[in-house]
Amino acid sequence: MAQIDRDKLLDIYTRTMKVNRTDEKFRELLMGGKVAVMYYCVRGQELVSAAAMAALEKEDYVVCTYRGQGEQTAKGIPMEKWWGECLGKATGTCKGKGGTMHITDPETGIMVTTGVVGSGLPIANGLAMASQNNGDGRVTLVSFGDGAANIGGFHEAMNMAQLYKLPVVFLCQNNRYGEHTAYADHTDSPNIASRAAGYGMPGVTVDGNDVHQVYPAVKEAVDRARRGEGPTLVEAMCYRMMGHFFGSDFSYMPPEHIAEMKAEDPLPKLRKVMLDYQFTEEELDAIVADIDAQINAAVEHALAAPLPDTDEIYKDVLEETA
Amino acid sequence: MAQITMTQALNLAIDEAMAEDPGVFCLGEDVSAKQGGGVFKVTSGLTEKYGEHRIRATPISETAIIGAAVGAALAGQRPIAEIMLMNFVGVCMDQIVNHAAKLRFMSGGQTPCPIVIRTTTGVGVGFGGQHSDMLEAWFAHVAGIHVVTPSNPADARGLMRASIDANDPVIFIENILCYGLKAEDPGPGYRVPLGKAAIAREGTDISIITYGRTVLDALDVANELAKEGISVEVVDLRTIAPYDEATVLASVRKTGRALTLHEAVRPFGTGAEIAANIQEKCWDVLKGPVRRVGGTFSAVPFASHLEQAWIPNKGQIIEQIKASMGKL
Repeated sequence: MAQIDRDKLLDIYTRTMKVNRTDEKFRELLMGGKVAVMYYCVRGQELVSAAAMAALEKEDYVVCTYRGQGEQTAKGIPMEKWWGECLGKATGTCKGKGGTMHITDPETGIMVTTGVVGSGLPIANGLAMASQNNGDGRVTLVSFGDGAANIGGFHEAMNMAQLYKLPVVFLCQNNRYGEHTAYADHTDSPNIASRAAGYGMPGVTVDGNDVHQVYPAVKEAVDRARRGEGPTLVEAMCYRMMGHFFGSDFSYMPPEHIAEMKAEDPLPKLRKVMLDYQFTEEELDAIVADIDAQINAAVEHALAAPLPDTDEIYKDVLEETA
Repeated sequence: MAQITMTQALNLAIDEAMAEDPGVFCLGEDVSAKQGGGVFKVTSGLTEKYGEHRIRATPISETAIIGAAVGAALAGQRPIAEIMLMNFVGVCMDQIVNHAAKLRFMSGGQTPCPIVIRTTTGVGVGFGGQHSDMLEAWFAHVAGIHVVTPSNPADARGLMRASIDANDPVIFIENILCYGLKAEDPGPGYRVPLGKAAIAREGTDISIITYGRTVLDALDVANELAKEGISVEVVDLRTIAPYDEATVLASVRKTGRALTLHEAVRPFGTGAEIAANIQEKCWDVLKGPVRRVGGTFSAVPFASHLEQAWIPNKGQIIEQIKASMGKL
């Protein structure tokens, strides 16, 4: 088993809990009726996002999806701006014009959050192409789900990335469902990573609930890309422990699937690893308490923040209207 | 000054932009020297100067081409992406409409998307139903995109430079039948600002509002009707969207009559929007309803005589003008 540096592990844990506590807070607000917006829960996928972001440098680019809270907060978008955007406020990353499905924050490398399944991969290639053209040494990571693997753009982008040896990492978070359709009902191949071979690209499937598998796999893919050796497809097996979006019915998930995903929950597993690494319960609890305090302050700030001016609907259409 | 074709004009504009800005690069199917510099030779000779990284020949993957252009633009580069024939935009509409056009707005102005999407089309060369359509109205209906088409080599050079300068996506439509047109070269650095129409011919009785290849038809008709004492003004939009409303309305206020003309099918075409706008804003001076001429509402047919019957012709334009003048 690949060992992870103790500091890096702490970094991953902190990011993971930031993602998880943000998700918990969002659901609490939605359930309490404090806010009413579209939100795609990330419960069960926290570790994959956190470990992947921990494998990147600050300057690296990320393209994610509507279920992108994990990448966004783990990459480091300031919480006040993130919550501001999710609540449609003028203080948000996008002045409240993007929303939960379209968070953009170039300062932290979150370049596009797409609401269209599979559309991020071709765009990630372009970001990587710019890095290849200008030699800035950046790597681009694009995150998507198993559902995206069946869209034409996936195929086009994988082929093009390998053709040009672009510095890009394709991270498939295989959460076993594409929207409301189970993996076995949309795909008949045993996994997504095996498709990489068809493009001449390395592909690897790892357990996304095991930090010792997911972090080293993404890190190797990032390092490879940065060395100029081209793209890698990393498939992290994980579970979407909620419905497709907050409030949507997921009674279609069979009981055995639910039992399986509860047993594989990445959070208790990660906590155990932390304890094995001689972090104390007190230390870990303190980290979570600190994150909660930050989140609560950010939420209060966002709730109190002003709404965008209505004339924003005419702005940022073209440069002339900026 | 030397005479140049529209193909050369486009090539010169791209060449000088690439020489000035290392962030400008081309990508598309068959664009590099290995494939002969593009099917219509617009990128001919550029691989030799700038290398294969800046003249990237791509797989036949329109979604990946436009997606790559979008991503590179977000990272600060200025890609010129070629969609070989305009009908193929059907393959990559998601990248153009949901991403390129909206990323500036959805990001609150943080991520403008400066890309030029060059594409070719045109009725009259026997390419049939999937290689001929003018689809400008699809894009004119989307906020966040400029739609541009030149009718002559000088405008081609100037509009291409301005399109590469623009900090937003531009759909740049080249008509196959216009590539061979020859005219005086306006010279290096020449720019035609986006959103500015040209009065291609002055007149006093009726304004034809058109763009691209049909500007040539409009000018022919104007010549012909001049012999009968009808004075036709021809407005070449050059930028179809957002279009130069001030120039169009001023022309109609002068002539009191208007006809919109395009190769694209007439129903729900750009002519309908322009006609409606003229009628709203020039009702007080209009001497009659705004007339519209456009392609037949069916697929572009293959057989030559069918294709010629499909395309808006000079006879139809003259008939509509005479009807408008009460001279039928």
